[in-house]
Amino acid sequence: MTLLETVNLKKYFGDTRAVDDVNLTIAEGEFISMVGPNGAGKTSLCNVISAQLNPDSGKIIFKGRDVTHSSVIERVQAGIARSFQLVNLFDDLTAFDNVALVIFSRDRKIRNMAALADRDREVAIEADTILDQFGLASKRNEPARGLAQGERKLLDVALAYALRPKLLFLDEPTSGVSTREKDKIMDIIASVVRGEGITAAIIEHDMDVVFKYSSRIVVMHQGAILAQGTPDAIRSNDDVAMILLGSSGPDAFSRKE
Amino acid sequence: MTMVMAVPAGTSIWRIIIGSAIVLVILAILPRLVDPYQTVLLTYGLIMAIAALGFNLLLGYTGLLSFGHSAYFGAGAYLVAFIMRDFGAHSMELCIVGGMLGTLIIAAIFGFVCVRHTRIFFGILTLALSQVLWSLAFKFFWVTGGTDGIRVPYANLTLLGGLVDFKGAGSFQRFIYAYYYYVLALFAVSTIIIWVIAHSPFGKALQAIRDNETRARFVGISVRRYRWIAFMISGTFTGLAGILWVPLNGLTTPDILYWPFSGEIVFMTVLGGFRSFTGPIVGAMAFNYLKTYAIASTEYWQLLLGVVLVILVMALPVGIVGTTTRLAAKLGRSTK
Repeated sequence: MTLLETVNLKKYFGDTRAVDDVNLTIAEGEFISMVGPNGAGKTSLCNVISAQLNPDSGKIIFKGRDVTHSSVIERVQAGIARSFQLVNLFDDLTAFDNVALVIFSRDRKIRNMAALADRDREVAIEADTILDQFGLASKRNEPARGLAQGERKLLDVALAYALRPKLLFLDEPTSGVSTREKDKIMDIIASVVRGEGITAAIIEHDMDVVFKYSSRIVVMHQGAILAQGTPDAIRSNDDVAMILLGSSGPDAFSRKE
Repeated sequence: MTMVMAVPAGTSIWRIIIGSAIVLVILAILPRLVDPYQTVLLTYGLIMAIAALGFNLLLGYTGLLSFGHSAYFGAGAYLVAFIMRDFGAHSMELCIVGGMLGTLIIAAIFGFVCVRHTRIFFGILTLALSQVLWSLAFKFFWVTGGTDGIRVPYANLTLLGGLVDFKGAGSFQRFIYAYYYYVLALFAVSTIIIWVIAHSPFGKALQAIRDNETRARFVGISVRRYRWIAFMISGTFTGLAGILWVPLNGLTTPDILYWPFSGEIVFMTVLGGFRSFTGPIVGAMAFNYLKTYAIASTEYWQLLLGVVLVILVMALPVGIVGTTTRLAAKLGRSTK
């Protein structure tokens, strides 16, 4: 079943066509990767779909409803969540409070001024479970500011995940961390997302990661979708190899190593 | 494993309750040990502590620096003066309810305008709006008494719905002691309310907005509305301080609506430490004593106070409470 559909979506910055007539469909349960060179419009597309930017024209349809003009908060409540390329955390709150806060917000308990946040057992148990799933249980009481880069990346994803979204956008969840940590982060994300049946769209540069985890790959170039298909189809697509690697031919992707 | 970790607050909350109870008992017996003048000073200190606590809900918890909190303090004071003079009311409780409602309305209107902006723009707007109130008090002298202000004599006042009044001989002594406990009780109640708000899910949302406005929106928090609510609560508690201040001072003048008074509220909060809950309380008490003794010791008290405060802020960049906490943590670590 179709979860998200964009219809002729456009977003220009002056002469730059960041998102140029994009018709993207995401079905329920997919794990798609969006790839493309820098400036291809991946993040812009993510920003438009998550309502951080307004599109110039086109439509965004989520679960059959037109959400083109709804606000960030309305889209979050409808079930679209995202993480950020540059980590966006509540730096002075502990890792636990970061996650607990999201749960309070999701369950509409956040307006409550007459109860102590620490005393909500249900929320505390869920927050601890999520920290555990993301391998952050030992950092529970540390302020987000003090965590290592890889941990901050994971916490950023955990915050989006704690909303229990239908559709989860992850903007470069492994950028800026070591290769060894990359696999760990992606394994955690993949297991959590698959375990809950969440539809995920991930922006990623590392093609090894992309081929390994995606059910479908969307290649963007100059604001438009250049190609899309299964990892195998993309691997053997010469146009894609030319754009991403600057060389083509059979095994262009494995030759890179 | 996760079950055990879910309730870490159990021990620390008892520590907080016992600690607060000890402080409260000390404050309750202090007037028996010190002379009446010190009791009056202490009353002023507690009143300013309420103002600073209210103010810090915005600065420390929501990350908004208001330079116009004199507006709410002054509004509270003037509303009491109006209620007593124009409606002939005597009951302090009536003044408190009326004054707080009035301050809430003003804070709601001013806040609605101000929370559309952040940082310096927010600060300038709060400052400008507070100066509107000041000029009204200053110019409309047939209502406000202009620079002469309005007298609010304690003798016209009754506490606890008329149970306690201050007529006849020796009434000033009785007023000082009765009023001290009255203020102490309201201080305790206000502190508890603000503490609960700060530690509630709503309080966490304010801190989230302070730390990262963008992410707060992306986890579903309506940033502007929460800032507005925080602004109203903050203004109302600072208003309560103004309400309690005026019978003790006996007079309300435009001075308490003027911007240097907003500066004092900012200063005492920063002096105590705006990143800790108790910072504003300690800061307000300390500032109150510093100012009183500076005024008593020299004609150029502003100069003396200024120098002392600059030195204190440079020596204690995280405030009195922040520095003490750090020192205690260091000592704790070195003895382990």
